[in-house]
Amino acid sequence: MNWLDTILQGVLLGGLYALFAAGLSLVFGIMRLVNLAHGDLIVLAAFLILVLVTALGLNPFVAAVIAAPLMFAIGWALQYLLLNRTLGKDILPPLLVTFGLSIVIQNGLLESFSADSRRVFAGSLESASINLGPVNAGIMPLMTFFLAIAVIVCLNQLIYRTSVGRAFRATSDDPVTAGLMGIRPQRIFALATGLAMVVVTIAALYLGTRANFDPTSGPSRLIYAFEAVIIGGLGSLWGTLAGGIILGVAQTIGAAINPEWQILAGHLAFLGVLLFKPRGLFPRAVD
Amino acid sequence: MTMAIPSFTVETRTRASTLSAAAVIALLLLAFAAPFIVSRGVIQELFFILTMLVLAQNWNLLAGYAGLISVGQQAFVGFGAYTMFGAVILFGVDPVVAILIAGLFSIALAFPTAFFTFRLYGPYFAIGTWVVAEVVRLLLAQWKALGGGTGTSLPRDATRDMVGVDMMRDVFGMKASQASDALTYWLALILVVATIGFIYGLLRSKQGLGLAAVRDNEQAARAVGVDARRMKTLVYLATAFITGICGALIYVQKARISPDAAFSVTDWTAYVIFIVVIGGIGTIEGPILGVIIFFLLQNLLADYGSWYLLVLGLLGIAIMLFAPRGLWGLFSDRTGIQLFPVRRVLKGGPLNLTHKGGPHG
Repeated sequence: MNWLDTILQGVLLGGLYALFAAGLSLVFGIMRLVNLAHGDLIVLAAFLILVLVTALGLNPFVAAVIAAPLMFAIGWALQYLLLNRTLGKDILPPLLVTFGLSIVIQNGLLESFSADSRRVFAGSLESASINLGPVNAGIMPLMTFFLAIAVIVCLNQLIYRTSVGRAFRATSDDPVTAGLMGIRPQRIFALATGLAMVVVTIAALYLGTRANFDPTSGPSRLIYAFEAVIIGGLGSLWGTLAGGIILGVAQTIGAAINPEWQILAGHLAFLGVLLFKPRGLFPRAVD
Repeated sequence: MTMAIPSFTVETRTRASTLSAAAVIALLLLAFAAPFIVSRGVIQELFFILTMLVLAQNWNLLAGYAGLISVGQQAFVGFGAYTMFGAVILFGVDPVVAILIAGLFSIALAFPTAFFTFRLYGPYFAIGTWVVAEVVRLLLAQWKALGGGTGTSLPRDATRDMVGVDMMRDVFGMKASQASDALTYWLALILVVATIGFIYGLLRSKQGLGLAAVRDNEQAARAVGVDARRMKTLVYLATAFITGICGALIYVQKARISPDAAFSVTDWTAYVIFIVVIGGIGTIEGPILGVIIFFLLQNLLADYGSWYLLVLGLLGIAIMLFAPRGLWGLFSDRTGIQLFPVRRVLKGGPLNLTHKGGPHG
């Protein structure tokens, strides 16, 4: 049952891509900002976890719990002090500023950590797997997948059931009117980016323990996140999960045919969706 | 009672632009004579500056005028370079002819690329172009005849036997390697002049006015009959053509290609974006100033490795925040000097309009 195994691995990989994409999707949904440094922020969080693990000898999961509020603060400050200044009708400033930020983070990491590939070791969990009838599934990939679902459930609860979520939605629809109702859009945006960075930290934990990463791995994570968002359709987090799964399955099938085709197969699946369903498979947002 | 009807003329000329036209001609004559004056090393540096200027002018036309913010122009640099390599190695075409073929193939690539990426909303267009560049890179890395993932070199005699090299050896008494460097340099210079001439001509034409209108307010421009989508597509195709030619030319000079280098985001997009942003987006002068600053910074910070890119990134962010029209914009706002004016000025009327609208109105 080789094919079943390939598809299962792809689905589980899709969970990781959904984690990459959830933060991007959240930020875009609330402030129409596409953060080109998103992938580099994931890698930054992975290095932060690595430092906590190696310097303090912490368990990676404990390290991620410590890293999450730090990343929240970084995201909040980044949005409040830098990115808020770029928001407006013109899409050029936010794109170019986040592109510059991406280059700055990459080269800052290169200077601090060199170009070597790194990995966060998670002990015996890494190789542990459980038997699911005809196939085996690794514990870590399974955890990634279920955590992705948990993150999406939490974000949806937050957005649709709480007053903060109502403020998110109101600001997304019309920041000026939301401002008249006593919401401060600047703070809402900062909160949203901070929250996205918490999701990024979770993604970074699984990126770091699953495979090697180095300071220049950011852009390709951004591309996977983006593909998952577009395949799923803008504005729907469950769509993003579906997009991540499609991307992951396409990649593992491509890799099963020829290892060199893994990434290419994912891109081709993305272009295929764009060709037949330009608005994604499960579009929700109008714009 | 009859009213004197004033005779109106609309022109874009300013005194600085008349002066600069004279200076440009003098500078060009000097630049064409450069291979006889300066050393081969300097010619190679100048070649690098000129090709970066071509890429910067193209990206500026895309992002600054057509509102198409692409981070995937390396697709056309790499594809142009690979087309040239393919034509030279597999079909024995002369490299100079292969450069033109590369331009045509780049347009052919731009059609499907535009078809896919134009479906994406504003900012997502940027990442879409990047994905396309990755797809082209991964596909070409599978092309074993051109070295696959590790790349290949041009045959040694290909650049020595280029059209014109023989003649230059006879007429100017140059060595083969010197002559081929001079030839690629001259081609780069011609490409710069043609690119700037094309962009300047476009911006002064009716189409250019339409383009500026689309950039400033797409709905309003559509309402007065500007076909925004058609304008954007034409600009996208034109920049693909020039970028492909430029990529091929760069790799005639480099003579060694690999997918990672030819499709490098840093070399062909990040540097180019910083050149345009630092110099001044949305002006023709901006990229010229930007490429000079870029070159000086590169030499200044050559020993500091990735600090150089870090500084460039911080500078780009700072300029985008505090001087969004770049250093040239700051200079032009203070002095009113425009070397390539595209603003239409009404002359000869009863009103002396000293205060004008936006920079490209």
